[in-house]
Amino acid sequence: MNALLSTRSLRKSYGDLDAVRGVDLDVEAGEIVGLLGANGAGKTTFMRCALGILAPSGGTSLLFGRPPSRLGRARIGYVPQGRGLYPDLTPRENAQFSAAAYGIRTGATASASERALSVDSYPRRLVRELPLGLQRRLAFDIALAHGPLLLVLDEPTSGVGPLESAELWEVIGRQAAAGIGVLVTTHTMNEAVQCDRLAVMVDGLIAAEGTEADIIAGATVVTVEAADWQAAFDRLVQAGLLVSLAGRGVRVLGAAPEQVLTALDGLPAAIGTAPVTLDERMALLAQ
Amino acid sequence: MFGVRNVSVHFGEVPALDDVSFDVAPGTVSTVVGGDGAGKTTLLRVLAGRVVPERGTVSAPIGRDLGMLPASAGSWANLTVRQNLEFVASVFGLSRSQAVARSSELIELAGLQTAHDRLGSALSGGMRRKLGVIMALVGHPQLVLLDEPSTGVDPVSRVELWRLISRAAAEGAAVLTTTTYLDEAERATRFLALEAGRTLLSGDPAEAVRSAPGTFWVATHRGPGQAWRVGRSWHCWAATAPPGAEVIAADLHDVVVAAALRAKQDAA
Repeated sequence: MNALLSTRSLRKSYGDLDAVRGVDLDVEAGEIVGLLGANGAGKTTFMRCALGILAPSGGTSLLFGRPPSRLGRARIGYVPQGRGLYPDLTPRENAQFSAAAYGIRTGATASASERALSVDSYPRRLVRELPLGLQRRLAFDIALAHGPLLLVLDEPTSGVGPLESAELWEVIGRQAAAGIGVLVTTHTMNEAVQCDRLAVMVDGLIAAEGTEADIIAGATVVTVEAADWQAAFDRLVQAGLLVSLAGRGVRVLGAAPEQVLTALDGLPAAIGTAPVTLDERMALLAQ
Repeated sequence: MFGVRNVSVHFGEVPALDDVSFDVAPGTVSTVVGGDGAGKTTLLRVLAGRVVPERGTVSAPIGRDLGMLPASAGSWANLTVRQNLEFVASVFGLSRSQAVARSSELIELAGLQTAHDRLGSALSGGMRRKLGVIMALVGHPQLVLLDEPSTGVDPVSRVELWRLISRAAAEGAAVLTTTTYLDEAERATRFLALEAGRTLLSGDPAEAVRSAPGTFWVATHRGPGQAWRVGRSWHCWAATAPPGAEVIAADLHDVVVAAALRAKQDAA
């Protein structure tokens, strides 16, 4: 067993509320694992228990092969969704502050100062004045400065455009290729496709695990193409079905083609099926 | 048909929108996609009449024919869900009974029945965004502008949010949303990809993919040239693929990233 992080039957209850109900999850070196789930599914509580920030109610977690400790957590690079930067300091000051917090002596760490070079490439302005994409990149560089073995990223590319997102994922991928384990919590398809393995949490449990294809598991939506799509949409809504628009077509989630035909009540339309998106799959799992 | 034609806006020296044109048709959902600073919010504010462009023309309704969800907030934290809706209704001049009826209808549409008495401050992120969207719909507007309705919203709520937005279009409204997620642009009727205030690509998403110039291929290692990571492999673009390359059918993500890389190269 050489997983960087390994939980077994991890549980956390708050009184009557079982937030995490027995989760097994491993993150190996060089692997990017995506943790998906709706708000309230237990992702954050699970992560806090797994890393030992919160005492679990049951089960075990091993971080670098040992029960989580401060020493172990010092080998984690963490980027919260809010980026965790000080907006009133410059990039360099943020980097120095973080280095001091992790006990990196600036003179004695060649590898850290090598990485500080990239910090020097940032504008000499306050962090609050930098564009969001640059702030995300900075938070990431700082999280790497102390040479972590495991990166924990919370929606690392939230709010940035397609190109900046692609550039950030290139940096994340390079870390994984160098043997660092990466655990990403995410909401979005764009991030999920970058992961080697996905785990979907629903109600405190892992409801599905594997590649995107494993999670979608052949589930389909019914597609409806009608000249009068508005009428089609209206009839499907009236029938209480979960409908949404895609272009000028309509997608119906969680219903059989026969149900859709009945709801359309003779309206001319072409009915077909298509694979569900990851979002749609998660909505189905949550039902 | 609503929209903007050859619109330019500067904030000081910084171009926020540079010669941007985009149409928003009734009965459709159109989407502006781009990152922070791309000009998405400025475009919405131009359509809402809150920013006057230096150049170009704007076609948009005013008053209660225009509904807008701003990027942040969009509801009052110390009012309940119902009070938020009824307040907007009274501003739009609905009578008391109309306001009550319209609010109830929208609460049901958004699936917020169990939360109707909850304060704005006590709502989850997804619920608050849904409330913001239905507040924009109160006056049955012809043009609905939604600034990042799904940002920070979890996948399950996002599916419900899409149903809500689709419903407004099905009832005939011209809906314009902004997003940072390309998969949302992919399901819009028309999209506009902005980068630093300039149009990267626009039109029907499927058509943009079909008509993309050059060739896309997949590689196991990052070679020289234009490439971006997709899982464990790399997607690459060039005018012509190298011999033996494993050519792929691009998706909208590939097409937009390739266009952004070309634009960046042209600028350098």
